Amino acid sequence: MIITVNGIPRTLEVSPQMPLLWVLRDVLELTGTKFGCGVAQCGACTVHLDNQAVRSCVVPASAAEGKSVTTIEGIGTPEAPHPMQAAWIAGNVPQCGYCQSGQIMSACALLNRRATPTDAEIDVAMSGNICRCGTYPRIREAIHVAAGGR
Amino acid sequence: MKIAPVAAAASLALISLFSQRTARSQAEAPLFDAIVGVLQSPRCMNCHPSGDAPLQTDASRPHKQNIQRAFVDLGGSCQTCHQDAEMPGDHMPPGALHWNLPPPTMAFQGKTPAALCADLQDETKNGGRSLDALVHHVSTDPLVLWGFDPGPNRTPPPMTHAAFVALMTDWVAEGAPCPN
Repeated sequence: MIITVNGIPRTLEVSPQMPLLWVLRDVLELTGTKFGCGVAQCGACTVHLDNQAVRSCVVPASAAEGKSVTTIEGIGTPEAPHPMQAAWIAGNVPQCGYCQSGQIMSACALLNRRATPTDAEIDVAMSGNICRCGTYPRIREAIHVAAGGR
Repeated sequence: MKIAPVAAAASLALISLFSQRTARSQAEAPLFDAIVGVLQSPRCMNCHPSGDAPLQTDASRPHKQNIQRAFVDLGGSCQTCHQDAEMPGDHMPPGALHWNLPPPTMAFQGKTPAALCADLQDETKNGGRSLDALVHHVSTDPLVLWGFDPGPNRTPPPMTHAAFVALMTDWVAEGAPCPN
């Protein structure tokens, strides 16, 4: 099957039932996307599938066939970070950091739909992304910064 | 589809109900009373809530993670977690084609049978569906079919899907009478 990942079509010989997360991490070695719970409860594995935020641990590879996947590696680089990544760095958002790539991907999906979200909209959009360190106030602030509202 | 003993008994009771059908006043509306039992069972009502949050489990509690209707306009959707089919393994999110939350006008939760009956056939509230379209919906919609075969640890509605379709068909054929 062919899945376009971060703009590059990738021909993959994987089981159609393999979770997209394993395709990304184990086959393509894009380890920025994290395994958290494996059952779509924590949001650490969030990527974009055709610009829609999905929990890649519960998306079978077959569901991504012919579609476009964007991971944390695809939105920016250390030299040219995405505005959301830049806001994350400026605000010292991460603590342990494990959930943060998923948080950033959900935040980017939010800004794709709401250029300047309210606190309430941020809370709803990000409620499926769990941070055990409790960095939620800094996450919300960074989203406002990336949106140009701070 | 597996038929639980309770569901099978309910189906038999309905078949008996059909065979004994006589002219009844609208105030009785026994067919719709049976329909209410399905619509307000957790498998149907959980996705037809009266509030802004979908419901979960046989207890019909609000969806974990504070999922709200607005989520679909804020970069997410039901498909963020619910795929076209459930992935193998324990505790996976349930899945079916076009998993989604109907609009508030289609709420089943908290309504009296009379109000639910009226709303169900009000095309300004039911998505523009005729009575025949309602029967088609309950006959073929993937989410309805999933509700009658929801997998382990989820109680199905109190009759089989075939019995429910027959019930809806009969109710429509009788002119969709509503209880008072």
